Amino acid sequence: MDGQPTFPLNAWYVAAWDAEVGRKLLARSICDQPMVLYRKKDGKAAALADACWHRLVPLSLGTLVGDEIRCGYHGLHFNADGRCTHMPSQETINPSACVRSYPVVERHRFVWVWPGDPALADPDKVPNLRWMDDPEWAGDGSMVEVKADYRLVLDNLMDLTHETYVHASSIGNEALAEAPFDAAHGDTTATVRRWVLNEEAPAFWGAQLGKPGPVDRWQIIHFMAPATIALDVGVAPAGSGAPQGDRSQGVGMWVIHIPTPSTSKTCYYFWCHMRNYRVGEQRVTREVLEAAKGILFEDETIIEAQQRALDRLPGREFYNLSIDAGSLWARGLIDKMIAKETAPGAAAQAAAPARSIPIVPAQVQP
Amino acid sequence: MSPAAAWQHAVVTAVRGLTPTVREISLQFPAPVHAAPGAHINVEVVVEGLPDTRSYSVVRSAADGRAVIAVKRVENSRGGSRYMWTLEPGARLKATAPVSQFEPSYGAPAYLLVAGGIGVTPMPSLARALRQTGARPRLLYAVRNPEERAYAAELAELAGDDLRVYVASEGQGIDIPAEIDALPQAGQLYMCGPMGLMDAVRSHWARAGRDAALLRYENFGSGGRHAPQSFTVHVPRLGVQVQVAQDRSMLDALNDAGVATLFNCRRGECGLCAVDVVGLTGDIDHRDVFFSDEQHKSNTKICACVSRVVNGDITIDPAWRGDPDLSRPEVLEGGVTA
Repeated sequence: MDGQPTFPLNAWYVAAWDAEVGRKLLARSICDQPMVLYRKKDGKAAALADACWHRLVPLSLGTLVGDEIRCGYHGLHFNADGRCTHMPSQETINPSACVRSYPVVERHRFVWVWPGDPALADPDKVPNLRWMDDPEWAGDGSMVEVKADYRLVLDNLMDLTHETYVHASSIGNEALAEAPFDAAHGDTTATVRRWVLNEEAPAFWGAQLGKPGPVDRWQIIHFMAPATIALDVGVAPAGSGAPQGDRSQGVGMWVIHIPTPSTSKTCYYFWCHMRNYRVGEQRVTREVLEAAKGILFEDETIIEAQQRALDRLPGREFYNLSIDAGSLWARGLIDKMIAKETAPGAAAQAAAPARSIPIVPAQVQP
Repeated sequence: MSPAAAWQHAVVTAVRGLTPTVREISLQFPAPVHAAPGAHINVEVVVEGLPDTRSYSVVRSAADGRAVIAVKRVENSRGGSRYMWTLEPGARLKATAPVSQFEPSYGAPAYLLVAGGIGVTPMPSLARALRQTGARPRLLYAVRNPEERAYAAELAELAGDDLRVYVASEGQGIDIPAEIDALPQAGQLYMCGPMGLMDAVRSHWARAGRDAALLRYENFGSGGRHAPQSFTVHVPRLGVQVQVAQDRSMLDALNDAGVATLFNCRRGECGLCAVDVVGLTGDIDHRDVFFSDEQHKSNTKICACVSRVVNGDITIDPAWRGDPDLSRPEVLEGGVTA
């Protein structure tokens, strides 16, 4: 990575969906740190640095043996704490032999890892995404690898004006782009609120509501630094009380978007749609999932093209419009986190533990 | 050498006596350094005019690039501490940025930290980091006499009732078996100290059938069961005799004499410097952690980087065998046992 880091390390990042981590080895690179994830026999997830202490071969090419990984090259074993428990052809184990073990928390259907200083990894700092576990909400999601800076994904979500143009056939319409909005921020959050009152519903939402007539539509964007966005969105029949807090006549979703930085120019984009209507119907889950895939593909196409343009135009800066207020607050919060850990002398966690030097034969002196 | 461990020029900014035999040295690095809990630095010392490397745990580091180490002066040693004690404020020293090989694993149900003498130096940072995560490590600190309690006040402030100090001259000692037995099965033990203490912990840990991966220790190969003596190494295959001075390692002496060796860690961990022992008078003071107790007792190999011979001489066979003769079939040396 060259220049200023684009992501803080002292934060929880989603490394995988819960169902992706099992009794097999899963390789993911989170914040430029190659990791291997797996589940122990007791069901707990573990994440180790994906490079053998000995010759750096990815441990993800090895084998899961009980709760340990056996390296696929020379058979060294590492336990979930990263301690080496077996070395070939010797009766003892080098006390320095270890790979880094990352703090892991499984919450809200995601496996979160902490790439920074493990002593600071407080599970209470995992973003609250309670709809993911709440029986009153149903839904599912997926992950797509996007060849772009995760902040471009955040920009995209912090200003949903783009729905009018990128997603014209499904969730966008002219009314949305012209509606006023409010951008605000807290110490770790940024929020953009937008209401569209008494307008025709866009195609997707009209179908979800299943009622004719104009609607009141809400779109509240919650950013939780550094990489989580939870969208509180929905429609209700116009005048049924939604702007006053009564959403009982409408349909709503919490749409979770988490672009986890893999490198400074690639990310794992986790997303999920949780709805509070027809929660018992698996078919709706599937329909929303498929519809969302199409919408996400439209975003991915634009964002990857934007990254390529950035790469072609080094030194060029973005122009910011008033609609970018939300993304500017969000980026400001990220920059603040980065500055805190890269300030001179800050306890910046080295990306990898120091390792031994390459073997060099002794110099034979004449 | 990895970039993280590249040599830098550090400047001594302060020197402070902690005990009659322990001196605290503050070093200023050219750029800010961050020491992970339990990290050490390597420094270049000069012994009898020759450069050599020693490792010292970082007691604490500061935001502006300062790192603090503590050095115990040992008269009958290899000479590194004598050199370190000549340093005064303003002196320049080659040193590496902190190297992290002793960082704790967090989240264990209990922690036991065991320090003997100058082995106390990694404990303040380990205890501080563990307590920051909400753990309450129990800290056992054994010293020879009351004057030698370096950092006891700092540790007491940090650990309060969780600290126990044992003064040998007052008849106190750590009850190692009882302490280990009282530790929950998934608890972790971190130790640093003299060979005898570490051996006692290792052997009870193994006897109790505990998970070896939960016993963590650091070994700089600096101490043994005997004070260092000079000795002679006979290498009949090469027709040379090598004198190992009291303050020189066998590995360095062999290299100086042109006996080719392999080595990597220089602290008795990796086993690459091991050579075959074919003759011995006196005894080997094994200071490595590469060989098992059984292997040490057999005295058939020696880790030349840290281990030494006392009260006698040693005859070794190095790895040099000449170029093989491909015109006849290979013969298994030592014969075939039925």
